[in-house]
Amino acid sequence: MIPGTFDYHRPKSVSEAVALLADLGEDARPLAGGHSLIPMMKLRLAVPRALVDLAAIADLRGVRRAGTDIVIGATTTIAELIASAELAVALPIIRETALVIADPQVRARGTIGGNVANGDPGNDLPALMQCLGASYQIAGHAGTREIAARAFYQGAYFTALAPGEVLTGIRIAPPPAGHGWAYEKLKRKVGDYATAAAALVLTMRGGQVASAAIGLTNVGDTPLFAEDAARILTGSALDKATVDRAVAAAEAITSPASDGRGPAEYRTKMAGVMLRRALVRAAARATH
Amino acid sequence: MNEMTPPTAAERTDKLQGMGCRRKRVEDVRFTQGRGNYVDDLKLPGMLYGDFVRSSYGHARIKSIDTSKAKAVPGVVAVLTAADLAPLKLHWMPTLAGDVQMVLADGKVLFQNQEIAFVVANDRYVAADAAELVEVEYEELPPLVDPFKAMAPDAPVLREDLAGKTSGAHGPRKHHNHIFEWTVGDREATDLAFRDAEVTIKEMLSYQRVHPSPLETCQCVASFDKIKGELTLWGTFQAPHVVRTVAAILSGIPEHKIHVIAPDIGGGFGNKVGVYPGYVCSVVASIVTGKPVKWVEDRIENLSATAFARDYHMTTEIAATKDGKVTGLRVHVLADHGAFDACADPSKWPAGFFNIVTGSYDFPTAHCSVDGVYTNKAPGGVAYRCSFRVTEAAYCIERGMDILAQKLGMDPAELRLKNFVRREQFPYQSALGWEYDSGDYHTALRQGMEKVGYTALRAEQKAKQEAFRRGETREIMGVGVCFFTEIVGAGPSKNCDILGIAMFDSCEIRIHPTGAAIARMGTKSQGQGHETTYAQIIASEIGIPADDIMVEEGNTDTAPYGLGTYGSRSTPVAGAAIATAARKIKAKAQMIAAYLLEVHHDDVEFDIDRFRVKGLPEKFKTMKEISWAAYNAVPPGLEPGLEAVSYYDPPNMTYPFGAYICVMDIDVDTGVCKVRRFYALDDCGTRINPMIIEGQVHGGLTEAFAIAMGQEIAYDEIGNVKGASLMDFFLPTAVETPKWETDFTVTPSPHHPIGAKGVGESPNVGGVPAFSNAVNDAFAFLGNTHIQMPHDAWRVWQAGQKLGV
Repeated sequence: MIPGTFDYHRPKSVSEAVALLADLGEDARPLAGGHSLIPMMKLRLAVPRALVDLAAIADLRGVRRAGTDIVIGATTTIAELIASAELAVALPIIRETALVIADPQVRARGTIGGNVANGDPGNDLPALMQCLGASYQIAGHAGTREIAARAFYQGAYFTALAPGEVLTGIRIAPPPAGHGWAYEKLKRKVGDYATAAAALVLTMRGGQVASAAIGLTNVGDTPLFAEDAARILTGSALDKATVDRAVAAAEAITSPASDGRGPAEYRTKMAGVMLRRALVRAAARATH
Repeated sequence: MNEMTPPTAAERTDKLQGMGCRRKRVEDVRFTQGRGNYVDDLKLPGMLYGDFVRSSYGHARIKSIDTSKAKAVPGVVAVLTAADLAPLKLHWMPTLAGDVQMVLADGKVLFQNQEIAFVVANDRYVAADAAELVEVEYEELPPLVDPFKAMAPDAPVLREDLAGKTSGAHGPRKHHNHIFEWTVGDREATDLAFRDAEVTIKEMLSYQRVHPSPLETCQCVASFDKIKGELTLWGTFQAPHVVRTVAAILSGIPEHKIHVIAPDIGGGFGNKVGVYPGYVCSVVASIVTGKPVKWVEDRIENLSATAFARDYHMTTEIAATKDGKVTGLRVHVLADHGAFDACADPSKWPAGFFNIVTGSYDFPTAHCSVDGVYTNKAPGGVAYRCSFRVTEAAYCIERGMDILAQKLGMDPAELRLKNFVRREQFPYQSALGWEYDSGDYHTALRQGMEKVGYTALRAEQKAKQEAFRRGETREIMGVGVCFFTEIVGAGPSKNCDILGIAMFDSCEIRIHPTGAAIARMGTKSQGQGHETTYAQIIASEIGIPADDIMVEEGNTDTAPYGLGTYGSRSTPVAGAAIATAARKIKAKAQMIAAYLLEVHHDDVEFDIDRFRVKGLPEKFKTMKEISWAAYNAVPPGLEPGLEAVSYYDPPNMTYPFGAYICVMDIDVDTGVCKVRRFYALDDCGTRINPMIIEGQVHGGLTEAFAIAMGQEIAYDEIGNVKGASLMDFFLPTAVETPKWETDFTVTPSPHHPIGAKGVGESPNVGGVPAFSNAVNDAFAFLGNTHIQMPHDAWRVWQAGQKLGV
């Protein structure tokens, strides 16, 4: 539980951070809240030669409007997401999800950028970002680019982030006012990753589902965007037969690991149960 | 109030804060301010730090160990392997269970994370870096993980050191992986009872491998003074005197030149009774380097290498009449001890006090046998908040009684009431050899049933079952009843010893001239609150305020020899020593008082905080006055001073008991179990500090909840330990922990000087079956007979799926 030797850098700007990462090469890792990376280092599962701490870069922190979109800085903490009045109104599902991430101590230091960029399928925010259709803003030595959350995740701890790149912000177009939402998470205890979780945003029109988006947490190597399940629900009145078909479609794309949270079969079924429960709550919240 | 009004008897009693008082814990003044003094707080000049290289494999031959790269790291002082310890004959050490255990891997490794080399450096981080550089070449051997396969003819040979040994410390060995067979009871009579039984049940009840997981891990600092030839060893020791004796035997250093000090301890729960390789290596490293050496286990090391508990697989049979009178009990246990038998039981008891397995019931006959086996897992198993396998025994009989009730179509509480040992049968001779000192089981269970509204709960459960069958709800409800009898206070010298040392305990009390006092014991608190409760006993016995008494434990130079704190033995044994020492002081105080009052000592009597002349209550001498006089005005012929020592050899164990009832709601779609209500009635005899008792019950129930509902140290099929971190090993937080309702009856122990029985472990003993019975009871109406622990969500869900929900 003691990390190996590493150098520590604390740049003041994104450009400085990017330059440092380019100089230091692949053995350097950006550090945000440290709640994924530092435990891995203590177990010596990660042995970076250098850490580039993003904490002193003021530009990376906070929630702001960019036109109709909301941009959340990468080093905004989970606790700050919970406290944000802007998010509470425009994207209440972020608050609901943030409240079931780990525990208050972790939420006080853990950041949204670290949570989504690390590629840990256990993290809650990646599936939510897929559900919300978020884009990740990325800075690298060659400049900046933006990539959809739905295209970002490639495997456990493997993402579209290239070595030397830093995720700087997350841009989200909020769903229309009156949308329904729910994040349903089954976990063993406070602080645990999900056994299975479902993020759901939907809009209703005339008693029917006008649109739906579903993300699933920790039931595959990556967060899962349940496109087929959402398509099945769209246009329906959430009758039992349709919900059953949507749940089956969502379950079909899962491939969870068997671990202390349960065997794969159980976790797949729990993804279905979480989706079913999310549907009930989200539909009740949708005002159209 | 007139200042001259003398205090009333009640006011004088209150001032003492003696027995029965909810006195606030005096140790919490420092603990709550971060001013405790733990082993890791100790920093000595020139201190070095040790770290282990541990095995990657569950079973492998070690072909080579190359320490050269590690030794080359600046700051590394030494790297010890078995080859370095062998000339000192310290590469192996005896266990408390009569086995031997490798200190550092000698030729092979037998469990994952076994200690292979000990790196000593001038910095903790350097030690960890250097440990990474020790190169171990392994040759994998077939692993043995499943205890049920341990005695197969073709099972791999684990313990090559035992080759050809057909008997061990506890008799004949049947197989190369067999440790012992222990049997007790009347086999023929029991077989006969089963042959003639109208109803029988049989079920294999597994109690999974768990870990005590105290907040503070195991740690020590060893400091050897070459000039004086003295060793000082600070450590997390539940039994410091035993450690001193073992250290003397192992090291050859004379016992008077070994100073063992247990400072504040952050929880023990049986994890800190035994001797671990870290202690031995630290001592050797200090002798070799001439510097103090600190070793502090990390959490993964704690969970995966030191002292697991349970791993008992109990095939349980009960015979009964059709109307529910039990006629016989037959139990066979397969006990998985891991790679070395490192139980911390009294030496003659390889399966602890498992023969308390007849529980609270009047079984005319019983028989039990236990086979201990080796596997490629961490060694143990210790008594985790348990008086030596009584937790396992209570689980066995309490699940068994529920299964029998189900087969008979009887209510489980009714079956228990029908079979209880009756009040008038005490002292009661159990079929498996114990003499239960006292009890009133019917009163306790009936009180519990009334308090929880048992009849109404059963009616609600029935209605819910019907609603479930009609498809109106996906929630089912279970009511778990447990009535446990504990056996604590080890123990009488006639049957209890550790490495030949009788399991007495001790107390020394010195009253100072001003009437303040210091008391020292052979026990060692790890959070139990001894500094508070022991002073309360003395306060009531001698009549000086508890606030004027300092209680000190843990330093073998100053404390009288004692066997330490585990098995709920502190109050039953040391508590009795305290009372007897106090009574010696009181007897002398009576002589002094009589002398001062100029009457015969038969003419004075004790009155709360003083001795008074019989019939003349205004003529008295307070204990404060007597204390002063003890140092300057003793009666002719009497020595000055006011102090006493007592070594107490208990005549019998004590037998606390309790009635626990758990109400559980289960979501069958997720398997999530929610404890709606938990009622715990404890009878621990005389209650010294009700607040501390409630705290003990809360803590023990929380552990029981964790064990029943999620804890497991699991291994995969090739011997990798799974879940040895707090991410996976279930330690409930305040959020998961249910609300506890406590209650009590008082049946004093007839043989204990103050009637106290001990309570620390009862809630762990009784809690686990109550939770498990609640889960099993919830599914019983669907045809379930037994679901194995732990009852975490996925297993409960799977059980439901099997039953077709």
